[in-house]
Amino acid sequence: MSQASTEIIRISAHAGPVPGAGIDREFQVCKLVDTTTCIGCKACEVACLEWNGYPFSETTFANTYQTMPETTWNYWNLIKFNEHERADGSLMLLMRKDQCMHCEDPGCLAACPADGAIVQYANGIVDFQEAHCIGCGYCISGCPFNIPRFSPAARKVFKCTLCNDRVSQGLEPACIKACPTGCLHFGTKTEMKELAETRAQQLRDQSGFPDAGVYDPAGVSGTHVIYVLHDAKNPEAYGGLPKDPHIPWAVQLWKKPLKWIGNLGIIAGVVGVFVHYLRFGPKVVREDELRSHGEIK
Amino acid sequence: MTNGWIDIKNTDMMLIMGGNPAENHPCGFKWAMEAKRNRNAKLISIDPRFTRTSATADLFLQIRAGTDIAFLGGLVRYAIENNRIAKEYLIHYTNAAFIVKEGFKLPEDGLYSGFDSASGTYDPSTWNYQEGGDWSGKADTHASPAHPAASPSPPKLPPNVAYDLSLEHPRCVFQLLKQQYSRYTPETVERITGIPKEQFLKAADLFTSVRKDGDMKKVSTIIYAVGWTQHTFGTQIIRTAAIIQLLLGNVGRAGGGVNALRGHSNIQGATDMAGLFDSLPGYLKAPIPADTDLATYLKRITPTASKPSPWDSMNYYSNTPKFAVSLLKAMYGAAATKENGFAFDYLPKFDHDCSWTHIWDDMYNGRVKGMMAFGMNGVMIGPDTTKNINALKQADWLVVGEIYPDETSEFWRAPGITAEEQKTIHTTVYRLPCAGFAEKDGSMTNSARWVTWKYAAVPPPGEARLDQDIVAQIFLRVQDLYRKEGGKFPDPILNLSWAYADSAHPALSQVAMEVNGKALADLKDEKTGQVIKAGQQLPGFAWLKDDGTTMCGNWIYCGMWTEAGAQIQRRGTEDPSGLGVYPNWAWSWPANRRVLYNRASCNPEGRPWDPERKQVWWNEAARTWAGVDVPDFKPDSPPSDHMGPFIMNPEGVGRLFAPIGVLADGPFPEHYEPFESPTPNLLHPEQSNNPLVKKFQTPYDKLGKPDEFSIVCTTYRLTEQYHYWTKNNPMNVQLIPEPFVEIPVELAEENGIRGTDRIKVISARGTYIAKAFVTRRLKPMMIDGKKVYQIGLPIHQGFRGITEDEGRDARTPANLLTPTVADPNAHTPESKGFLVRIEKV
Repeated sequence: MSQASTEIIRISAHAGPVPGAGIDREFQVCKLVDTTTCIGCKACEVACLEWNGYPFSETTFANTYQTMPETTWNYWNLIKFNEHERADGSLMLLMRKDQCMHCEDPGCLAACPADGAIVQYANGIVDFQEAHCIGCGYCISGCPFNIPRFSPAARKVFKCTLCNDRVSQGLEPACIKACPTGCLHFGTKTEMKELAETRAQQLRDQSGFPDAGVYDPAGVSGTHVIYVLHDAKNPEAYGGLPKDPHIPWAVQLWKKPLKWIGNLGIIAGVVGVFVHYLRFGPKVVREDELRSHGEIK
Repeated sequence: MTNGWIDIKNTDMMLIMGGNPAENHPCGFKWAMEAKRNRNAKLISIDPRFTRTSATADLFLQIRAGTDIAFLGGLVRYAIENNRIAKEYLIHYTNAAFIVKEGFKLPEDGLYSGFDSASGTYDPSTWNYQEGGDWSGKADTHASPAHPAASPSPPKLPPNVAYDLSLEHPRCVFQLLKQQYSRYTPETVERITGIPKEQFLKAADLFTSVRKDGDMKKVSTIIYAVGWTQHTFGTQIIRTAAIIQLLLGNVGRAGGGVNALRGHSNIQGATDMAGLFDSLPGYLKAPIPADTDLATYLKRITPTASKPSPWDSMNYYSNTPKFAVSLLKAMYGAAATKENGFAFDYLPKFDHDCSWTHIWDDMYNGRVKGMMAFGMNGVMIGPDTTKNINALKQADWLVVGEIYPDETSEFWRAPGITAEEQKTIHTTVYRLPCAGFAEKDGSMTNSARWVTWKYAAVPPPGEARLDQDIVAQIFLRVQDLYRKEGGKFPDPILNLSWAYADSAHPALSQVAMEVNGKALADLKDEKTGQVIKAGQQLPGFAWLKDDGTTMCGNWIYCGMWTEAGAQIQRRGTEDPSGLGVYPNWAWSWPANRRVLYNRASCNPEGRPWDPERKQVWWNEAARTWAGVDVPDFKPDSPPSDHMGPFIMNPEGVGRLFAPIGVLADGPFPEHYEPFESPTPNLLHPEQSNNPLVKKFQTPYDKLGKPDEFSIVCTTYRLTEQYHYWTKNNPMNVQLIPEPFVEIPVELAEENGIRGTDRIKVISARGTYIAKAFVTRRLKPMMIDGKKVYQIGLPIHQGFRGITEDEGRDARTPANLLTPTVADPNAHTPESKGFLVRIEKV
């Protein structure tokens, strides 16, 4: 991947233009997770942990192979295991690698009130800049995939970076490198979309999965992590993958109409004061008023 | 593996049974995924549990543990009945047409002909071919006596085998095979295995679909691991797989074969180097007391060709004397002379079974006084951990070379042993810190027979030493003692060849060169005129001699370290054929051949069955076999000679029928129940189990009955852990923090058990405690009309490790549940099917 692909195109809560905007946009990156060839080996989990230098922590057995119930602030990549019965009674063990989806239209970024705490690069990666994070947690409520995690110790929020540090140096993300079966792929969005569609077609034609398809939800204008699912009509079966994710209305209202209404309110206030001044002139305080307030003895 | 890991990508159909490669061989499993993605290959997973392999399968069937032969026998029957067989392959490349001696009896009652109930062994003299010529259309009048007397000497194969190429003679192998498996109907398969008939038929139809309408282009593979071997009939399960692959013409072909997946990086190498007591390096049979001299020994172990007279058989093992003498020269150097039979007398002669379960039994009974345990954790491996711990209590000493403190070196601290009792244990334990895998160089042989050299990444820490240094120093000191003090028979020790530059620290590269072998005198190939000077490395085993002019530590490894250098260090990534042969990557035994028996990838005329997957072929112009792989064949034998492609068999063909006791328990596989089973054998209730299995007599050797222990239990490994090792590694412990027992939802409900509740799993031998993993991936089964539950538990946790030491684990090893009964051929214990009951703690 070229270094130019990590040029910033959006910045959270930032007034004014994005520095460098308009410079040629290189290709957009994409991670493809083919859940139909995932074997749940968790090599991606370990690779993520090791690359990002997070420590191993204590877990408890919870009637599943799944390492822990949800990702944590320092465990960004988690395979979700779900036993699922098909209509014909046959069993499936669905294994889905859960991580930040790197939305084209990121809810976290929309919700973030801290200037520069969340950025989106031209290559599509949505990255948290911890130095600017104020720990308000608004991004958590802005995310339709339940991904950002608050660290009480750091008082900041963390999530998968899509190995921005590796990608910017022309490497694939650590999870991709570790995957033994070729279930994970990394490339341009166009390539990955094509590969995913081809695989989905194969699953429909050859493997008896008539509803196989690609998960690249339109509600967030697509994502830079996409899935091939055996049953694209039922993403919820894969451990809480939302069927039609959107940025929450509250965030949308707040950051779009409400923000403008608010801004209009401020402008209206200022304008009102000015008009009032023009109409009535400066306020003149009468002597008897001052006396009654004890200002003049 | 007959084939290799990468070769799996060439297949059209995978039957994965007795193995769980997605979890236990995740890197190799990528090739299965490639076959699915690139060839639309189908994957059938048959397992007692729905595993992560099953999750990627096109079809999953839950089988009762230990009933694999019933299923595969049903598959044999289905293939024959539905004509999904490779007729031409069958006639020319297998012993289907060979006629079997009269007096041979199929095991309708559970026993083959020749069983001696007093000794519990078979006299296999009737398990032989009829002498004669072309018997097609002939009646039985030429038969030998119906009930021949037991022969005093071991039976030999006749040089001139009677045959019937029409496969119609009632005693030809094909007809006997058909008769043997006619009892394995879909209904019987359902009653025994618990797989509903229609599901069995679905799987049988799918698997045999590669031979639909006589098509020979498609190929299917059978993949297995220790889920097949760890039974009292394990070898015979694998034989059934071989029979199916021969019937369907899948052996020798890209994407085909019978493929054993090995559970460690170098377990194949360990086996090749005489990992079993009854073999010498390169699978030469170990000497027995009857082998009074070299000539007698060589006569016993060297087969003579046995075939229909118009056919040819290379009988490669006729070269056995060359391999054996070269091995003796490697072992004893100058002390091995023609006059003293190349020091054959130095070799130990085995007069009893010295396999794994016998070692522990002998130790318990005071016959084995000490043990050196390197690279393994004997207490945890089992079977019957409690018996092994009690055996170690009887030993005088124990040496453990390990990288972690393990259960074997701390057997005296096992749960249940009180401080008082510890005082009564007098075994002296020496724990030696060893180097880990990344701290040593050397070669590894993978499942695909690839011998690959690896380099040390870091030096061993602290006082840890390389295994070979420890062994070398023990040897040198013992040798010194013999030199000074003499002994009963010091010659083998004093004369052992130890020609390494630094005798106390042998370089493994020098050991590898010794294993490859070298010329001890100038050698000349009369045909080509090529000369190899004395002292030069040999280029291959074709150069080995039986006159003492060559030495070679393991004939199958000859060619790995030649004058041209270390072939096993090669890293060429060229693959001109696209079949994943990679001829210049490392080196594969034998002779850098990647697919064994690859002559069978061609029709009798020498043309590939599938022109898209050309491996080898007969080049008429050059009058030689050519190919993208090294032909596994006599290079100048034209198809018209009809030399059989299975050159390691004296018959030259694949064995549907395994004659003269090459397998102790029968020439065809027969379904026997595991020693602990919820049901009598439905084929022959009078003979439920393998009649050849020996039972031990210690107080720990208890077997459970189904009225007390009604649940079938199997053991397995998880992808997150590696044997008994990684419980010391925080990373792996985080992924799977605690031991658990997988139990079906219905069984949990019956017993009021919820997921994560602590439960006891009780067998006749012990109690294992872990948390319940309630899952739909195991379902109740109907076995002959009776509901049977099946549960499974991973083997990893024990009483030393992170969670064990922290007290978060009940500290019970899984193998304290398993029984000490073993396969009579490979001596592997039965860990994959035994009886238990469960209780809430």
